[in-house]
Amino acid sequence: MKKKKSTILFLLSVFVIGLLGFTGFHGFTIGDYRVKPFTETINKGLDIQGGISVLEEVQGGAVDAKILDRAIELISLRVNKMGISETLVAKEGNNRIRIEIPGKFDSKEILDTVAKAGELKFVGPDKVTILTGKDIKDATASYDNDNKPVINLELNTTGKQKFAVATQKFIGQKITIYMDADKLTDPTVQVAILDGKAQISGSATLAEATTKAQIITSGALPVTLKAVSVKTVGATLGEAAMSQSMKAGAVAILFVFLFMLLYYRAPGIIASISLVLYIVLVLSAFSAMNVTLTLSGIAGFLLTIGMAVDANVLIFERTKEELKIGKSIKASVHGGFHRALPSIVDSNSTTIMAGVVLYMMGTGSVKGFALTLVIGVCISLFTALTCTKFLLKLAVEMGLISKTSHFGVKRG
Amino acid sequence: MLKIVEKTKLWFVMSLIIIVIGIGFIATKGLNLGIDFKGGTAITINMKQKFDKVDVDKIIDKYAKGEYLSKTVNDDKEIEITVKSDALSADQTATMLKDIKTQFKSSTLISEDAIGASIGSELKTKAVTAVIVAMFCILVYVGFRFEFKFAASAIFALVHDILITITVYAVFQIAVNATFIAAILTVVGYSINDTIVIFDRIRENQRIMRKATIEEITNTSVTQTMARSINTVLTVLICIFSVWVFVPSIRELTFPLLIGIGVGCYSSIFIASPMWVFLKKREKKARENKRTVA
Repeated sequence: MKKKKSTILFLLSVFVIGLLGFTGFHGFTIGDYRVKPFTETINKGLDIQGGISVLEEVQGGAVDAKILDRAIELISLRVNKMGISETLVAKEGNNRIRIEIPGKFDSKEILDTVAKAGELKFVGPDKVTILTGKDIKDATASYDNDNKPVINLELNTTGKQKFAVATQKFIGQKITIYMDADKLTDPTVQVAILDGKAQISGSATLAEATTKAQIITSGALPVTLKAVSVKTVGATLGEAAMSQSMKAGAVAILFVFLFMLLYYRAPGIIASISLVLYIVLVLSAFSAMNVTLTLSGIAGFLLTIGMAVDANVLIFERTKEELKIGKSIKASVHGGFHRALPSIVDSNSTTIMAGVVLYMMGTGSVKGFALTLVIGVCISLFTALTCTKFLLKLAVEMGLISKTSHFGVKRG
Repeated sequence: MLKIVEKTKLWFVMSLIIIVIGIGFIATKGLNLGIDFKGGTAITINMKQKFDKVDVDKIIDKYAKGEYLSKTVNDDKEIEITVKSDALSADQTATMLKDIKTQFKSSTLISEDAIGASIGSELKTKAVTAVIVAMFCILVYVGFRFEFKFAASAIFALVHDILITITVYAVFQIAVNATFIAAILTVVGYSINDTIVIFDRIRENQRIMRKATIEEITNTSVTQTMARSINTVLTVLICIFSVWVFVPSIRELTFPLLIGIGVGCYSSIFIASPMWVFLKKREKKARENKRTVA
């Protein structure tokens, strides 16, 4: 009875793990619901998918964090206008901005877009510029008395005078506000504005008004930037790296399976099943935690495959030792786990600790490597101590492992 | 039982010779510092057809003014350009690439890397600090979980692994770029894991084999963990070798890893464990000396 139950449970586990593996790598569709494969859900670093990475440095010494944030916001706005998803604009250190744009290969276009001065112009109907960014004191968004979103514009002293003259001249006509070549809005002058405070209506939502107000205030980049590092990975190189890594991964895993099967026999099957679960879990964690997989991250991942297998190897070797001194299969498996545990915990926690330090101190590729390493080692601990243990126990109960030779141990 | 400890001198001398060779190469040929650390610009362009290098050089020279090297590769269809640090700004490089593209319409950019000199040295300092702090934490952790002598021996082995990995870079003149850091980290990560497993066994055997000498305990422990050491290193090497075969663009990383991981396994058995015996015996001797004096 127990044997039958174990067999069913074992086969069920194998089926579930197999299904998870299949889903992870191929994805599937049920009705309208589609489960995406890992190749679509995991962020790929620029070195794998191709694109441009630029590091801009603020010139002229230290900058205020607020000013840097404003610059980042403005650059994001410009970069997003290019219509590419998954771009990244982030602060690096306290005076640098990292910009990553996948799928673009023309570094000149990117550098020009990022570094352009950001010229704000108020132009009258006669095409003459009335105000520039220098004349603006502030711009905010709010609702007016009719509960419609408006942009509140405040001008400085020079702007106030110029705007007073212009609005007197253009009552009933339109003044157009441009950000570089793009038209932001073109309000009609209702009354002459003499106090330098104007309300611009015409925004559909408060969010729209807020964005426009932000563009008006932070129009010009508040800092001068210099590109200190530009990295472009061409489309062909990126594409090749991706498909080659997949192939390499498949072959590597196949050979690890073969090796485990040949060396450890029946337990080798169990280690292989655990490894499939391990890989599925790690890749799921990568996609859930939005890890960007770069080449150094792949190196870290490969290392953890080795460590995941290592936990199994430690358990099997200990079990074999127990078998050699004449214990029963069941007692040996139990003892093997028990004795391998301290080694597994100590070796992995040392690695985790090193990984955490590297993650906290490192930058760029060091961080990516450390993150994949820590995630991998934690999950490998889990799969070895639960999945391998569970399946091994079932395998013994169902009779899949009943002789010492199933462990490759000869008793003589 | 394998006689590992008895041949301590042999293992140490072997490693020392390799490291001395490495130092020799660094002293004479130097490390092939890539632009990630040195700063500069490296560009590879696929021209898609045979072309006259002089034509491309003319365009490059307009911007880089002699401060560059260029060579044709891959059946003379690709050109590799390396420009010295600070000879070109990122913007100038971008304009230059545009010019090349205009004159050679079918050409496509394979990769471009422009790194400022200050970024390079900063990257280096940060990576080195991170590794040193990580090692220090390992020292404290292992010292706390085991004992200080285990920790010191483990770190000794790690330094050994790093030195030999650097030797590989020096001897084969592999470009030292950001991947170099990934390689060192992987080797360190593997090696510490491997070492701790053996030390764990030594610690366990110390409790069981009360009457045995330190050498016997160590030899027994290494023998018992040998199958595991070999199997684990084999699985990791299978993974890395497969990447080495199928992904040529990162051989700069996988080749040093193949050697470094092997060395990490070797050092756990032949360097870290004998080192622990050495420290242990020195302590014992010191204690006996004290006793005779008293």
